[in-house]
Amino acid sequence: MEITLTLNGRKITRSVEADLALLDFVRNEGCYSVKRGCDTSNCGLCTVFLDDKPVLSCSVLAARADGHRVTTMEGLQKEAAEFGAFIADQGAEQCGFCNPGMIMNALALFRENTEPSEEEIKEYLAGNLCRCSGYEGQLRGIQNFIAWKKAQGKEE
Amino acid sequence: MLTIRELKKAATLEEAWQLNQKRINRVMGGMLWLRLSKGNVATMIDLSALGLDKIEETETEFRIGAMVTLRQLEMHEGMAAYTNGAMKEALRHIVGVQFRNLATVGGSVFGRFGFSDVLTIFMALDAKVELYKGGIIPISEFAQMKYDRDILVHVIVPKQKLACSYESVRIAKTDFPVLTCAAAMTETGVQLAVGARPAKAALVKDEQQILSLPITEEKAKAFAEYAAKLLPTESNNRGSAKYRTHLIKVLAVRAILALGGNA
Repeated sequence: MEITLTLNGRKITRSVEADLALLDFVRNEGCYSVKRGCDTSNCGLCTVFLDDKPVLSCSVLAARADGHRVTTMEGLQKEAAEFGAFIADQGAEQCGFCNPGMIMNALALFRENTEPSEEEIKEYLAGNLCRCSGYEGQLRGIQNFIAWKKAQGKEE
Repeated sequence: MLTIRELKKAATLEEAWQLNQKRINRVMGGMLWLRLSKGNVATMIDLSALGLDKIEETETEFRIGAMVTLRQLEMHEGMAAYTNGAMKEALRHIVGVQFRNLATVGGSVFGRFGFSDVLTIFMALDAKVELYKGGIIPISEFAQMKYDRDILVHVIVPKQKLACSYESVRIAKTDFPVLTCAAAMTETGVQLAVGARPAKAALVKDEQQILSLPITEEKAKAFAEYAAKLLPTESNNRGSAKYRTHLIKVLAVRAILALGGNA
């Protein structure tokens, strides 16, 4: 079947099989930041935005994205690099495999809630699993980023 | 592995129902559970073009479309106010935000899963389901029905004078619950829905009026004992039957005391 969607701001039309996952679709389009992890809708590695909402691309049929906007980290490079630097400062990425999914979901959190509490951060990111870090470094990185953004806002 | 030959966005409920009468076809909700199944589907029926992604709140009820996501329900201010936060509490532990942005109310309820937080809270709230052919029936009755080829259209939560609370236990955050427990107090009395026993949720009503006002800890404990005797539990890899029966007693007391009812 033929679908048309907007991937990272670019409108594209492709022929897809009905059971192709959005994860495979975006990777076929060169968006390699999107990783296959658990493949059972649990780990958050494959997080993309579907019409600005974070979803698990392993669990969305590409055909269902027809007519919608899909955004991967490749489409949010400036925003992701700015935040990612704070994660790197904490050495929180370690193997790095979970990082794109975690960054995508953190960016979704910041868009919904500019000053989340520690509990709100933990709750929002509960669906992003990391087997290296124990999450403490990531939490510090997120909190430092939020504090930096807040200070920036005051300066402006 | 699940293979799908064709995806069809139904234009009407009748078209969806007609397609669903063939055993080789399936209706999709959020696809989170379905995609983990094995088999071949000729036509996957998508209800997303039928306007069922809305929560309508009136003076008498909430009318929740089958394609409303769990995240929509979790963030709905009217539902949060009506349930005193119990709906959010029931949903916020389910995997992660990305998962709840996909999982649908229709998929969660139609599946009648034993582990379902969604079924548990709706049951305590006296919710009803609207089926395309089967009409409107109480969700507690629907939970016991055999699976058929009907289409779930809405879940309806009637508004009544209500106090509500929700408790669950998980071995780890985002895992399936070991036990779920929702309590509701209305003008007709207190009722308790308990799920993940690990069987699907079931309702216990305070028919013996153990919980007459004011509700005290002793009365809550007596009702919890009564509920634990009525509700069979089983063992699986998340907990033994004995542990679950113990949890019913603990969570029921917490949920009932959270209702207030001491005035």
